[in-house]
Parts: sequence; C-alpha cells; structure tokens
Amino acid sequence: MQHPSIFNKLIPNVVSQSSIKKVLLLGSGALKIGEAGEFDYSGSQALKALKEEGIITVLINPNIATVQTSEGVADKIYFLPVTPFFVEKVIEKERPDGILLSFGGQTALNCGVDLYRSGVFEKYHVKVLGTPVQSIIDTEDRELFVRKLDEIDVKTIKSIAVESIDAANSAAESLGFPVIVRAAYALGGLGSGFCNDGDELKALAEKAFNYSGQLLIEKSLKGWKEIEYEVVRDQYDNCITVCNMENFDPLGIHTGESIVVAPSQTLTNQEYHKLRELAIRIIRHIGIVGECNVQYAFDTVSEDYRVIEVNARLSRSSALASKATGYPLAFVAAKLGLGYGLNELKNSVTKSTTAFFEPALDYIVCKIPRWDLGKFHGVSHEIGSSMKSVGEVMAIGRSFEEVIQKGLRMISQGMHGFVANKELEVPDVDKALSEPTDKRIFVISQALAQGYTIERIHELTKIDLWFLQKLQNIHLCAGKIEQYQSIESLPENLLREAKQKGFSDYQIAKLLFKDTNKASEEKLNLRKRRKSLNILPVVKQIDTLAAEYPAQTNYLYLTYNGTANDVHYLGDKRSIIVLGSGAYRIGSSVEFDWCSVNALNTIRERGWRGVMINYNPETVSTDYDMCDRLYFDELTHERVMDIVELENPHGLILSTGGQIPNNLALSLDKEGVPILGTTAASIDNAEDRHKFSSMLDRLGIDQPRWKELSSLEDIDSFVDEVGFPVLVRPSYVLSGAAMNVCSNAAELEQFLKLATNVSQKHPVVVSEFIENAKEIEVDAVAKKGDVITYAISEHIEFAGVHSGDATIQFPPQKLYVETVRRIKRITRAIAESLQITGPFNIQFLAKDNDIKVIECNLRASRSFPFVSKVLKFNFIEIATRVMLGEEVEKPSKSEFDLDYVGIKASQFSFSRLQKADPVLGVDMASTGEVGCIGDDYYEAVLKSMLSVGMRIPKKNILISSGTVRSKLDLLDASRLLHEKGYIIYATSGSHKFLSENNIPSILVYQPSEDLKPNALELIRDKQVDLVVNIPKNLTPGELTNGYRIRRAAIDFNVPLFTNSRLASAFVHAFCIMDLKNVPIKSWDEYK
Amino acid sequence: MDKKIALVLENGVIFEGFSFGYEAPVAGEIVFNTAMVGYPESLTDPSYAGQILTVTYPLVGNYGVPEDTIVNGLSGFYESEKIQVSGLIISEYSYQYSHWNACKSLGEWLKEHKVPGVYGVDTRELTKLIREKGSLKGKIVFDSPDEIDFYDPSEENLVAKVSCKEVLYYGTGSKTVVLVDCGVKHNIIRCLLQYDVRIIRVPWDYDFNTLPYDGLFISNGPGDPEHCAITVRNIRKAMETGKPICGICMGNQLLAKAGGASTYKLKYGHRSHNQPVKVKSATGLFEDGKNGEIREAGERCFITSQNHGYAVDIKTLGEEWEELFVNMNDGTNEGIRHRTKPFFSAQFHPEAASGPTDTKFLFDKFIKLI
Repeated sequence: MQHPSIFNKLIPNVVSQSSIKKVLLLGSGALKIGEAGEFDYSGSQALKALKEEGIITVLINPNIATVQTSEGVADKIYFLPVTPFFVEKVIEKERPDGILLSFGGQTALNCGVDLYRSGVFEKYHVKVLGTPVQSIIDTEDRELFVRKLDEIDVKTIKSIAVESIDAANSAAESLGFPVIVRAAYALGGLGSGFCNDGDELKALAEKAFNYSGQLLIEKSLKGWKEIEYEVVRDQYDNCITVCNMENFDPLGIHTGESIVVAPSQTLTNQEYHKLRELAIRIIRHIGIVGECNVQYAFDTVSEDYRVIEVNARLSRSSALASKATGYPLAFVAAKLGLGYGLNELKNSVTKSTTAFFEPALDYIVCKIPRWDLGKFHGVSHEIGSSMKSVGEVMAIGRSFEEVIQKGLRMISQGMHGFVANKELEVPDVDKALSEPTDKRIFVISQALAQGYTIERIHELTKIDLWFLQKLQNIHLCAGKIEQYQSIESLPENLLREAKQKGFSDYQIAKLLFKDTNKASEEKLNLRKRRKSLNILPVVKQIDTLAAEYPAQTNYLYLTYNGTANDVHYLGDKRSIIVLGSGAYRIGSSVEFDWCSVNALNTIRERGWRGVMINYNPETVSTDYDMCDRLYFDELTHERVMDIVELENPHGLILSTGGQIPNNLALSLDKEGVPILGTTAASIDNAEDRHKFSSMLDRLGIDQPRWKELSSLEDIDSFVDEVGFPVLVRPSYVLSGAAMNVCSNAAELEQFLKLATNVSQKHPVVVSEFIENAKEIEVDAVAKKGDVITYAISEHIEFAGVHSGDATIQFPPQKLYVETVRRIKRITRAIAESLQITGPFNIQFLAKDNDIKVIECNLRASRSFPFVSKVLKFNFIEIATRVMLGEEVEKPSKSEFDLDYVGIKASQFSFSRLQKADPVLGVDMASTGEVGCIGDDYYEAVLKSMLSVGMRIPKKNILISSGTVRSKLDLLDASRLLHEKGYIIYATSGSHKFLSENNIPSILVYQPSEDLKPNALELIRDKQVDLVVNIPKNLTPGELTNGYRIRRAAIDFNVPLFTNSRLASAFVHAFCIMDLKNVPIKSWDEYK
Repeated sequence: MDKKIALVLENGVIFEGFSFGYEAPVAGEIVFNTAMVGYPESLTDPSYAGQILTVTYPLVGNYGVPEDTIVNGLSGFYESEKIQVSGLIISEYSYQYSHWNACKSLGEWLKEHKVPGVYGVDTRELTKLIREKGSLKGKIVFDSPDEIDFYDPSEENLVAKVSCKEVLYYGTGSKTVVLVDCGVKHNIIRCLLQYDVRIIRVPWDYDFNTLPYDGLFISNGPGDPEHCAITVRNIRKAMETGKPICGICMGNQLLAKAGGASTYKLKYGHRSHNQPVKVKSATGLFEDGKNGEIREAGERCFITSQNHGYAVDIKTLGEEWEELFVNMNDGTNEGIRHRTKPFFSAQFHPEAASGPTDTKFLFDKFIKLI
C-alpha cells in the first residue's frame, strides 16, 4: 500500500466541467440598506476564482464605484441594470455557457429566479452553476421551505391559522406559551400581540377577531438566542461549517441590526454541534452546491431550537464569516460551482492544507452595525425586525471587552468605547433598555453607571448575562481608574488591565482627568508612560488554524492580550501604509474602497510593499490578497501610531480613504509620521473654513457669503445683508439633521430653536444660499501645485441637493465654454496655492458665468471611480504615483473628446426607513449609486434611472409640481407625456398650471381633502405608476400633503421623483428612447 | 488580584500568568487543543492523563460547568469520572459564567479536583513553541521554578492508571459487546448504548477471550501504545475468532499493532475539532453507500475530532490490511481495515464529545457487523 501523498493532487489543472468557457456573473447593483459592499467583495472573489481557471467572465453591475467593475477584474463589464430584461439582452449577445446567481445578493437571486421561470436559461443553453434554482426557490418560498425541512425533521417557526377562540387556544397549547397572535390580512399589525397564558390569549383573540376572521398563532421566541452557521457543500456531498456566530442582541432584532460575535460564546459543545449537525443536514437536503447561511433561534433554558431562515447565497453574514475566519467563502463557492470538490481546493491562508476543514479561531471578532438614522427626517430610531443600518465594523481581539470597545470606536460616531463617552440624555432608562434603539449599547453603559444590576438589565433586554458580565467588567475597570487623578499615580497593573480590556489612551485619560479637553491633551503623555512601562500591543496573525501548523499569512490584528508578535519587521522603509475608509455610511462607502484598492495596486506595481489598515468586513480592501500586509484594526491616531512604529514605513497615504484618514493628518504629522502627498498644513488650510475662506479672498476667488455666528441677533443682521434663503450649519446638533436651508424668518427661527442651541460655545455657520444655480465638480490630481489631470462634471439638479445625492453628468452636457474656462483657472489657482500633491476635489456654483467655490477636499472624492471609469483613465493610479514622488506625464486624453456620456445616479433606501420623508436636501440621504454609459445623454439617463430601481410608467402619472420654478421645469416633460399618450393626474396647483398651458390633466385631491379622486388612493390602488412630487419649500414638513404622497409612493413601491430637473430628464429619456432600442454595449465598446 | 504564577518549560521559557484553579505545582507534557468549545469534555478525557492542556481559544469558562451525576461509573455530562488533565492553561478566564445547566465555575471545578489552572498566558505564542519543539515538558509553579521536577508521561503506563479496575456492565440488549477500557470516553459507551446491545467494560489487561461476546470494541486511551502489549496479545487472539472488532484512537493503534504494524510519535499531535480525513479504502466495508455516506472513495471527506500524539506507521501494516482513512493535512493514518475480516478502526473520534459528529455512522457500521 502506498503512503498517501495528498498534497500533489490538491489542484487539478482542468475544470471538471470543461464545457464551461464563459460565465456571466450578476452583481447586486447600487448599495442599499440590506445589500451593500459585501457583494462587491463576494463578486470580486468569484471573478478571481473563475479567472484562475481561464474562464472568460462577463459581469453585469451598474455600480461603477465597485472594485469588481474595475478593468481586468472581469473580461466584459456591462454597466446595466440587473433586471431580467437587460440580463436576457446580455445573454443573447454574449452567449455564456454558465451563470452565477448567488454572488449579487437578493437582486441577482431574484433576477435569476425570474429568468429561470421564464425559460431564458433553457432557451440560450445557459447552465446555472452551483446551487440549483429549485433549491433557491425552496428556501425563498416560506411554505415550500417549511415543508422541505419537515421532511428531515428539522423544526421551523410555524404559524397555525385559526378561526375560533377554542381553536386559538388549542393551537397555543400545542405550540406552547408564550405565543404571538397576528390577525391575518390586517395591515400595520392591528390586533397583534403577545400572550403568556390562556386568559391573555382569550382577551386578545376576542379583540383580534374584530379585525379579521382568521388569526395566526405562532410560538413566541422573543428573548431566544440567535445563532448563525455558514455552511459549505460540494457536489460530492462533502460539507463543512466554516463559522458560527452568536448575536449579542436576542431574537427580535434583525441580524443586520445586531451586534454579533464569532465564534459563539455561550454555547456548550453539545449545543454547538447539535446546530452544526442540523445545518449540514439542511444543506444536504436542500441540495446547495456552494455556500449557505442557516439562522437559528435557540432557547436559553434548553436545547430547543427553530430554524429561522436559510439564505441559499452569499450574504452579509458570509462576508463577515470570511473576514472573521480568513476562509474565502465566495472564492471557494465559485470553485465548487465549477464542479470542484472541497478536498481539491487549498486553504488559501496556509497554501498547503486543504480547503476541506473548519477554521479554528484563537481570537474573537465582534461586528457592530453602523446606523445613520440622524440623516433622515422623521424616521424612528427603534431597531427591530427590519434592517436600517447602512454599514458595519468588525473588531478582532482576544477578549470580549477588547473587541466591543474597539468596535464601538470603529463605528466612529464620536464614541470612545463602552465608557468615558459624552453622556447620553436618556429620560427613561428602563424603556430605552427594553425598546432597543441604535443607541442601546450606550444605554446599557448608562444603566450600569446608575447602579442597575446586570440581572435587571438582562430582564429588560434579554441579552445573555455573559455579555453583560463582560460589559460590567469594563464598567468596573473604569471605576477603578476614576479613583486616580494623574497619569503617574495610575498603577501599572491597572493600566495594563485597562488596555487588555480595550480602553484607548483617550478613555483612560478622560477617566483620570474627568475632562474632555484635558484628556485630549494628556492622552499622548499617557502613551509615553505606557511605552516606558512596556505596555504595548502585540501583532497576531489570523491563520485559520489557531497556530496548529505554520502559516504564511499577512492577515493581522493588534491586541493587548498577548506577549509576543507573530510578525518580524524588516525596517527597510519599503512599505507604504494606506489608510482605509472605515465603516460604510451615508457619504462614504464603496467608492473609497475602490480608491484604497487602486492605491494599493499602484504601490505594489511600483515596487513597494502595500500595507492596509481598515476594519470594514464588507470591503475588498480588507481582503488579505489585496496587499502585502493587512491590519484589520482601528483607524484612530493611537492605533495608526502603534502600527507606524512597528512598520516603520516609507510613508502613509491618507487621501484615498475619505474623511476618516484625512482627519488624522494633523495629529500624525505632529508626531513626525511621513505623510505622502499634500502636506497636513495644506489639508488644514482647506478644511478650516476660516483659513480656506481668506485664501480664496487673497486669490480673488468668489464664494457664497458666510459667517460664523453665535447669537440670534447676529444671525438676523447677517440674513438682512444676504437675504433668504440661507444655509444654516450648527456646530452642535441636538436632534435631526445637521444642516438646513431656511427660506424665511419663521423657518429660521424654528430650526434654530428645535435643532440647535446657539451660543458662544456652539456657533452656527450661516451662508447665503444661491437658488437655481448649477453645481459643478472638479476631480483632479496635482503635483506640487501643478494640475496633472482633471475631470469636470455637472449636476443635473440645481444646487441645494447634496452632491452625494445629485445626479451627475460627465462630461458636462450643458456648460458654457466660458464657465469651463473659469473653472479650470480657479482649480489651477487653488492647487498652486495649496501646493497640492495627489487627488483633490472642488465643488462650484455657477449661475450664468458667475462662479463661486463651495468647498475643496484635498483627497479623493466620491466621484473618482466614476470619472476614472468613464474617462478610462485611472485618477487614483496617477495620484498614487505622484504621491510616490514619481515623474508623471500629463495625459493627452480629455473628457471633451469623449463620444459618449456617463451618468452617476443615486440609490435611496427609503423603503427600509419607515416614516422617513423621501426628500432630497442639503444633507445626504442616498445609500449608494450607479454609473451608466450611453451614446447620448438620454440613453445614459434612462439606463441609470432604471438601475436605481425606477421603472418606465405604462399609463398614468401623478404630478404635484411644487413651486412656479419647478412647474416651469416640468412643462416640456408634461407636454411630452401627454403627446406620448400618458394620462396625467395633477393636484390643484399643477392642474391649473397645466390647463393654462393647454396640457390636459385629471384633477386629484390632496390627502388632507376628503374628496375623490384622491392622490393617496391612486397610489394605494396602484392606479399610477410614476409619482412626481416636488416639495414646495426646502424645509421638510412631516405632516404635509406632500409628505404623505411621497411616503405612500415609497410604501407602495411606485417610482418617485422629488426633483423637477431630474424628473424632467427621466421623462424625456423614456419618451424619446424606446427601451427595445437601447444599445447593449459593454464598457470596452465605448471608445 | 489572583496569585501570580508561572509556567516553566523544559527549554527555559517562562510564561507568567494568574492562578484560577487549585494551588499546587504540577508537571507534565504540555499539549494544545484548538477546539473552540467543549472544555468540560476535554478536561475529563482520559487520553489527556499526564498532560497539561493549553486551549488556543482565548475565552474559556464562559458557560461554566454542568452538575454531574455518575451512575454505575457512567457520567451524565463528562467523559470520565474526574478531571484527567494535570493542569489547564488559558488566555482569558470568565469568572462569571452563564448557562442554564451550569452549576459552578470552571475555577471552582478545577479546585474541587485539585487541578491547577493558569490564565493570562499568551496561548498562541505557547502553541507556536509546542508546535516547533514537538513535545514539550513543562510545569506550573507557584513560588519557585524548582518546587517540582519535570515529568515525562510517555515513560509511564498511563493506560493502566486510567482504565477501570473491575468489570462493569451496561445495557440489556440482545448482542454483547466487550469494551476494552484503555481510558474510555464515556460517550463511546453512550453511543453504543443507543443500539440493542449489552456492554461488558473490561480493564485494559483483562483477558476478554474468556467471555462470550458478539463484537469487540477497543477504546481510546492516553500515551504510548507500546505500554499495552498485553492488550495487543489479547486482540490478536480475538482476531482468530473472526468476530467483528472496532477500535477508536488508541484502539486503532492497538488493532494495527495486533495486525503487525508499528506506531510512532507525531511531531505535531492532532488535538482539535477540525481534522479533515478522507476515505482511502475503495472496497469492502463502505461499498454499500446506502446511507448516502460514501459515494466515491477519495472524494468523501469528514471533519473529525481528534486527540492523539502517536500514529500508526502504515508502511508496516500487513498485506491483509489496508488503510481506511487518511488525514488530509499531513497524510498520516486515520484508520485501518482488514481486507477480508470484519475488523476496522479509526484514529479519530466518531463519538465526538467534544467535536463534530460527522462520523457517528461508524457505530452503525460496527453494530451491523455483529
């Protein structure tokens, strides 16, 4: 018998399904709540896996800011909507052999199921790779799913339909109390509730039968643990579970809204393996080939469980699991889809052992969601069964205290950890504990400070006592530190303990000095003292097998719970550190990941070692394959300094990761850290409003008049000077949005009273607001003040819509030559004056040829990937080379030579944000974007609007057109609609205006009027398939008719436009172009 | 503040930590396990006798320890009657615990069984040292490094120490299984009792050939199989009857020895829940494929729980035997079978506890044979 030698047979050269030569992959489109950057990561991994096999890859994804839509990642890239119509067109053209549906989130999955049902795959002989579509359908259809799991005796959450109180009672008896009662077919949860016993059930059922003839009785699992497993299966039926995760927040809070740890912390061996065995039984029975996620509800006082759901695709959790373990789930799933067995693939961390194994972690990770609810008007802060968060962070460490404190800093909402934060105002702690909001973790901190026992907190929150014990440890440690008043008096042991429990130097200083200013000053002294005591973090590797075998891994984190580094440093100054962008949030997301990845690529191509620091598990930049070293860690001054001192790099790049790294410029510079590119002093000169303003004055460049004011009288006299409307930016926000436009004295007064608290300490900045001005942006790269390349783009909307929400056309289609000339001239002057080296962005207002500068950022902006990809000239690559000190040639290519147009459009997630007013304003509200290319302006507009979920209306359109100005904006569009045979419904003002202009329309009444036809009714009954509702003034009123119409459009899934210029562009686009004739061209076909 | 204590290694390296268990020095072989759950099971596994265990997962003690009941020498929750490890080394200790079936903390349990525990150790660094040095002797000391001598458990017959001292009976089923206790994990007994069997548990050196039985089961156990020459002789005698034999872990090594093979000490012992093994044999036992367990040999893989420092040298195995399972990481032997007779064994732990349950079906296979 031969001695086994498995290592030489790990990777066969040919795919077992060698008939597959070309594969189409569906992306997930724009980032939205519930579907974000994780699918850029999954898709990029899948494309890499296919490429390795020599397969030609075709990608459909309109999200132009992603890494997967970069040159060379896929062979053909289509910036088209991921809808059955467009996907079929691409299939018809490209004739792929296979298609991958599970890497583009729910969007790709739904689209794939539709195409399967309509026979498109069969028609074009496209093989669905990986999990069969029927398995997907079995997991998506609730009834099929329950039946399927019944077949293998796996428990699911079931509801029993009853039509009498007796039946309700026996149903409850069979399920076991407590139960949830829901009235069938009743909107808004009318008649629903919890019952703990028969009496409560009787009372509730009697009431509920008033709403509905049928009740659904369901076992209540409130307070149960929520546990997830990531399971992988190959076509030979080999299965592994790569990771399990436990939610800190018990059942009832969506897993996307929960703090989550991996691996599970409170499960015994018996429990862990019971759920693991079930997960494998499920994946086998459903027949998944690739990856799936199984979510369980798990009892807290027995081993009882229920399966909540199975996601037969890569998911947010699988991206998190990949980052938590180092096991590349998407990469492996793609290979399994091609027919490989798990045993034929290698562990991509060790590079020598097999992919058929289950990672052993020797650390704990903690995921914390990032919310941005403050950005939306009218939205509730309560969290529950639907997802509202826009991003997430992952902290790695070797104690729970360490990871939760790291994580709470990473979400970067001004918190320093679990303790030593700015005090929250919590009027009713009990309520805030039992009815969770996005701030609950800080309410727990407050409750501990007020003397709540953890048992009481457990009663109110149902959070497992283990987590609360650990939080209490942090609280107790803080209490010990507070007893000291100086750095010198703080005992060494306590300082070490605090660092092991995740305290930052700032937190410790704050606890010592009880003062924020003093803490900021003293934190560096504390650092010195700490270093002198040799209390330093150590660097540990993530190697998938807990050090069992040697592994060459560059995936690192820092911890104070250890005594030795895993890494040896060369100190040759050949590494360059790129700071990433942190958690995705409104205003900073995948576009900065693209910038960071491109900076890393360039650094490595030019012969340097690229080092990444970032902590966002949804990103490609935190894929350890993208760099020479990945520090999955904090982007704070303290942590960056720790890493700089270890790495001893040639320099740092701060300008590709958005605002978080930019904010560190001054403090890092002060410590002598070599910052590549524009100097910290120049960054400060652009960021500091006063310094920037006086520079513009010096250069003779115009800007909207503004003043920083600290009393109501001063504000009034400034407004007298500039006139309404004005833009008001408070430096301290009590509630609601940070910025607002006020059109008259009443609005101004209301805003100042409600939202802010004007004082000497908290001044507000008031700026003149120029109406009906065009907004223009320049993205550019300069070297020592000399502009190397630039891209000018123009907003479709007039100024007043945040540049992150605006629809952008590039190259500009409607600018005067003189405007362009002036913009170039100003750009050069600013670059020269600030001695810019690297990427920068300037925003302008233009009215006629009058140009004013609004702001200037000495870093890459949101639109860098868009302009780079449309122009086919990589701005980050050249910026990086400039920052590396290379001589570069100015490109000869100009945007004004392009024979096509790019449109960048914003994606909103209002349907996820109940009650939020879906209106655009000066504060950004979009969660993502797309970028589409067309041979002309309207084609590009049409593709981009369809990509963000708009649909071409079939027949009826509801218009309320707002102010006279917007009525005029919409006049041509309305006429065109009429000519095309659309029926226009209009509210009174619009109806009158249209009639005066000889355009027929049907008058509809406002929601507040009890007359028919009523606008709300039209929307609810789906009688209209497009709503154009332009707000009258710029302050959002929650209870206005306009709000109710807009909200109804969102709630009933009717496309909605709230900006007259964008609405007009869309109407023109679909009236002029026939969808059937839209050319299906890949990126490379636009030359 | 807990007492500051130290872990001293034979190569002179010292790790400082804090005591959370019994306060008395101890010496032994230091081994690591990379499992993320299952400390009550691991600590009571007799295969750990003579060893100081370090757990690579840093957070330990989270769910406390369940109250145990022992009926007729069979524990309700644990793998034996007591804690078998000589000492426990961890990174982060959960003083407080949270679980519905816990009755005490890990520290209290260690104290009860007079086993020292150290927390605050960089267990990843320690694991790397053990990995590089192969086997590593060490001691947990409280006041001075010299208060106890190093101890090499491989020199001792640990099986004799942990095996039962008298014959024990379980179950009332129709078939009789003789279970040779080399340090049996109780979950093996629990797994067997799920079938229609009666178990006669005998000490490691008991001549079971005098007993009437239908199948023979050889358990796991600690240390070097060289010490169990008596058991090997008894197995060899049993093989002549042609009655089914199954072995686990030490049982695999003893069956292999009975079949003429030799064993050796591994550089990196296998102590984890994530050991991948694949089916090597293409014939015989697993051909039926009826339970959907084995379809194509070589493509069928399992994640297994393991705890052993010695392995069968497959090159030395007799002609009439073949390799049944192989480790996918290092290619070492994970099980053998006889080509014609109903004898087979696994180096891993199909009974799990702690660890994954993928290979529990091996018990089915054994029972079907008898």
